[in-house]
Amino acid sequence: MSENQTDHANQPVLEVRDLVTQFSSERGTVNAVRGVSFDLYRGRTLGVVGESGSGKSVLSRSVMGLMPGNATRTGSVRFEGSEVLNASPKVMRSYWGQKMSMVFQDPMTALNPVLRIERQITESLHEHIDMSKAQAKDTALALLTSVGIPEPARRMRQYPHEMSGGMRQRIMIAIALACGPRMLFADEPTTALDVTVQAQILDLLQSMQRDREMSMILVTHDLGVVAGRADDIAVMYAGRIVEKAPAERLFAGMRHPYTQALMRSIPKLEMPSHTRLDAIAGRPPDLVNLPEGCSFAPRCPNAQEKCLVDDPALTADDDHADHVFACHFPVNEVVVAAPGIRVDGQPPRIAHDPSLGGSA
Amino acid sequence: MRLIAQRLIQLVVVFVVVTLFTAGLISLVPGKPENLVIPFDNTPGQTLRQEFRESNNLDDPLPVRWAKWAGDFVQGDLGNFYSASGGTPVRTRFDQSWPVSVSLILYTQVLSLLVAIPLALWAAYRSGRWTDKIINTFAFGAISLPSFAVALLLTYYLGVQMGWVPTQGYVRLTEDPGEHFRHVIVPVLALSLGQIAVYMRLLRSDLVATLQEDFILMAKSKGISNGRVLWRHALRPSSLTLLTVTGLSMGNLIGGTLVIEFLLGIPGLGVLIGETVLRRQYEALQSLVAVVAIAFVLINFTVDALYSVLDPRIRERTT
Repeated sequence: MSENQTDHANQPVLEVRDLVTQFSSERGTVNAVRGVSFDLYRGRTLGVVGESGSGKSVLSRSVMGLMPGNATRTGSVRFEGSEVLNASPKVMRSYWGQKMSMVFQDPMTALNPVLRIERQITESLHEHIDMSKAQAKDTALALLTSVGIPEPARRMRQYPHEMSGGMRQRIMIAIALACGPRMLFADEPTTALDVTVQAQILDLLQSMQRDREMSMILVTHDLGVVAGRADDIAVMYAGRIVEKAPAERLFAGMRHPYTQALMRSIPKLEMPSHTRLDAIAGRPPDLVNLPEGCSFAPRCPNAQEKCLVDDPALTADDDHADHVFACHFPVNEVVVAAPGIRVDGQPPRIAHDPSLGGSA
Repeated sequence: MRLIAQRLIQLVVVFVVVTLFTAGLISLVPGKPENLVIPFDNTPGQTLRQEFRESNNLDDPLPVRWAKWAGDFVQGDLGNFYSASGGTPVRTRFDQSWPVSVSLILYTQVLSLLVAIPLALWAAYRSGRWTDKIINTFAFGAISLPSFAVALLLTYYLGVQMGWVPTQGYVRLTEDPGEHFRHVIVPVLALSLGQIAVYMRLLRSDLVATLQEDFILMAKSKGISNGRVLWRHALRPSSLTLLTVTGLSMGNLIGGTLVIEFLLGIPGLGVLIGETVLRRQYEALQSLVAVVAIAFVLINFTVDALYSVLDPRIRERTT
């Protein structure tokens, strides 16, 4: 916005250091995020991948500061150079919606059922930007048009239940973008949507992010979603980043057995029908009673004695300083990417499988 | 249209059942109207009583009497009070007393909601913490206190000790607004205390559930103030139960005002109904009960209609 910021183009928009998030529960302390660090630069997308319970959603909420009362956070989160981890609620509210905003997972429940779309969009405009009613309305119309909503004027007067899931997610994106945030958190933005709509929404997010030079954290459990859409990918397991690399590098040479297992578990279209899914055996660890040593060790095919006692630290790959992983016995084998994921970093395409018969 | 027809049928059924039931019940109660009207148990008295029974059709079977009464009622005739000298129309007394009760009930509902809604929002926002616990404990105490006890306490402290408010009687709003409000303070406070507690606890628990919803987190993520999140995003989706109970509590309040009116010498509908019961004014009682029942049903129809104002998803289904 100001010249000051363009001068600092090389300064990360977001610097996260040793972020730890814990929840107090009746069972004990839940270690949802256990020491996560990363930088995110302007206009870049970080894909955060992991299975349910890996702490990926909590991570994005922890960074943004949208936490319930029983949560405690330590470490450091710097947004555009200023520390926001322990900022007052009032200060945080001046960031939320205006400088950083979030697209939630389920558009069916994340929009208020009793308020008209117009109200839900213009609300943050009125809150953060001093706008007249007419200006806010025009802005909202323009936003709806930009996210690809047909007949925006009519949609503005409607309620969320009058729209489809994809349409609602577009509206959620419009709301998130209303005040022109510099940082967008997309928390599994397509998980609750029809497969056919998923790609459209992801494309929309991506084009919005590029046009506005926003930084984005794209949280998903689906490697296919981040392939070709994220600049960097961080794989999370039990509240930690276990492997992080630029997207192409990760798909070309993943080193962590968990990343590999995630990759293997994606069904491939060229497999014959009724092939067993290569699922990851076992369950994610209990975040209240974490095992000693590497938290993936109990499920890891390569685990050895050392893994059960010594928790590996995140270390850089020999020839790639920006490729880090936490494993004592990293793998070298390259798993063939599923057809949904192209190693060249292009967006996935839906392949036609002849075994499925003539139906397209 | 179908909805309106449905509602009309409901109204008729309620009317028939309630009035027949009242007619049957009051006839079963020992004590005859003629004995109260003509308190002479000697021979001329007996003759007079017999004449009274005949002139008021009291010897007809119950269904016949009911049908006659109902025929008059639907034409707007509320019947007459029994008396030795021909009877005075119920309508006159009714017209004087209903505005009194309605104003008490209205003030009570408005005050209760005005106090209960912010309290519930506060308690829900601080749910589980000490503010919430304190509000809840007081609410529980308030529910347990009968309104007549509160009325007596308030009369004693505010009326007798402090001398701030009158201890008895009622003044119409049109006569003297200042005096009117001074007179209604004690009855309205007494009636409101329990209402506030009930409304507050109900709304609080619905709010606590709503505050877990995704759209609340979404609203917060827009950076709007907690107050706005609560008032604009959480209150409306949480208020359906409150609305239902507000409608239903109209019935309780009609009963509640009866006791309070007696206690504080307020010439309202409650006192009038009580009097008709004690004096075995069959016809008058039936008319008054019918009016109250119809009003109650109509209020709750309005409440049903208000659901769709609060929640657009209901609007969709009914139209």
